[in-house]
Amino acid sequence: MCFERAYIAQCASVAGKLEKQGPLGGLFDMTAEDSYFGMDSWEQAESEMSRIAVNMLLKKASLDVNDIDVLLGGDLLNQCTATGFAANSLPVPFLGLYNACATAAESLLLGAALVSAGYAGRAVAAASSHFCSSERQFRFPLEYGSQRPPFSQNTVTGAGAFLIGQSGPVRITRALIGKVTEKGIKDANNMGAAMAPAAADTLKNFFELTGTSPRDYDAVVTGDLGYEGSALLAELLGREPCGAGGNFCDCGLLIYDRERQDVHAGGSGCGCSACVMAAYFWEKLRRKEIKRMLLAGTGALLSPRTVMQKQVIPCIAHLVEAEAV
Amino acid sequence: MDKNAYSKLAAEREKRSPSLKDCTFAFLSGGAVCALGQLLKELFSALGAETGTAFSLVSVTLVFAAGLCTGLGFYDKAARVCGAGLFVPITGFSNAVTSPAIEARCEGAVTGVGSEIFKIAGPVIVYGNIASVLYGVIYYIYLCAAG
Amino acid sequence: MNYLYAFLTGGAICLLAQILVDKTKLTPANILVMYVCGGVALSACGLYAPFAEFAGAGATVPLTGFGHTLASGVKEAVEKQGLFGCLTGGLTASAAGISAAVIFAALWALLFRSRDKNI
Repeated sequence: MCFERAYIAQCASVAGKLEKQGPLGGLFDMTAEDSYFGMDSWEQAESEMSRIAVNMLLKKASLDVNDIDVLLGGDLLNQCTATGFAANSLPVPFLGLYNACATAAESLLLGAALVSAGYAGRAVAAASSHFCSSERQFRFPLEYGSQRPPFSQNTVTGAGAFLIGQSGPVRITRALIGKVTEKGIKDANNMGAAMAPAAADTLKNFFELTGTSPRDYDAVVTGDLGYEGSALLAELLGREPCGAGGNFCDCGLLIYDRERQDVHAGGSGCGCSACVMAAYFWEKLRRKEIKRMLLAGTGALLSPRTVMQKQVIPCIAHLVEAEAV
Repeated sequence: MDKNAYSKLAAEREKRSPSLKDCTFAFLSGGAVCALGQLLKELFSALGAETGTAFSLVSVTLVFAAGLCTGLGFYDKAARVCGAGLFVPITGFSNAVTSPAIEARCEGAVTGVGSEIFKIAGPVIVYGNIASVLYGVIYYIYLCAAG
Repeated sequence: MNYLYAFLTGGAICLLAQILVDKTKLTPANILVMYVCGGVALSACGLYAPFAEFAGAGATVPLTGFGHTLASGVKEAVEKQGLFGCLTGGLTASAAGISAAVIFAALWALLFRSRDKNI
């Protein structure tokens, strides 16, 4: 997909405590002291976080809610309730999206398509995840004493929101909708390994279709494969892994310091790539520190039930190309 | 790369658990909980409880203490390090009952706490019960056969 | 001496479970079910009672001890009440632990709120 005129005009990000202590901690627009965000349950907390991110975006862009034509977004919770409930307080046409951790890329892609085609003047793309609500839904109660395997990923508490309009400092030039793929991985603790083939597939297809190569970009960002998944992606593409001097990097590895923080393989969750894109890469593009980048959002389309039924984990990767203007 | 080759590669790339460290902590913490249990048993015996009752009181006391630590947010932090040392003793059973109960309070007393309380510990009671009933039937047949 | 035996045997039972966690894909839930059923089986074979005699709390505090409690309760009930005892013995013997867990968990649920662990 090529877009004529779709720009990321403004971004906003909200993150949790652990993310604040991470290497990108100072870049988020807001970091929460209270993980409950003043609410009564973790589900409401995530919703509140998502709402704060969208409102902050509007404030930063000096826009009123009525200036927005459509809100696109999603999260990890059942029936997309975090974003749905956030949208309940915003009188804006709303499309709820779900592609697990690829939701941020998915919403950027769809927002750019709607704006570029002229169906919307301004679109807001949003994605969120909360460690506590995700633990509840996908793993164990928070107070339950369990050891996680060292290759598991840590869900990011964070929300990112993007204003997509017809002008701005960062242009979304092209995008590719990924295909669902799986390579036989069934272990829900090793989602990086499950998602790496989807990322490899989408990236390869994109390079083939456009005649470009990773060398044409200042950054090829995956979100979020974590440590094991990034290493596997490098092997699948025959490239050097993240952090080895190449231009490949991963949002899940950027957001935490794995040496210092107990996060095992790195971050994951819709909020991870949303926050890192909003707080880190958008700023870098805006300041022209990088010129061109690819964001490949990767999602594992599993549920606790499919895991218990020992099904393989189907995965997806959506790709967005962004350029400094 | 086909699926089998990829699964194999992914398994090779998985970071291994630090087994020596895990096992050391599991042994020490599990042993410590049991030694604490022994201390409590001697205490209850000294207070005049029969052996069987004393061991039941030990269980009740440990269940109480582990639940309290769970509520205060210590238990899971210790269990991240100690692993099996804190899920195999009866304190782990208490943690497995208390943790979903605390978390489910947002969903109400009946549909939340009441229905979630055995979410994790349920299988232990279910299969323990099935195994013991089966044993009872076999034992009954044995008694009949032995006259 | 009792303390040392309790420490060593209890520690060893936990160590075995940790090895299963690290070296296999078994989840804690699977291991605990195996331990309870194993406790019932060992008790049924008459092995657990002498072990508990020796190890004290090292045998009764780990979950295998719960299996032993169930099995010895059933044994006693079958001897007294016949076949009906199969259904009553196990839970009667283990009632204290289970009831305590439920009562206290409900109490803690009233008093505490879940906390963020990602800090």
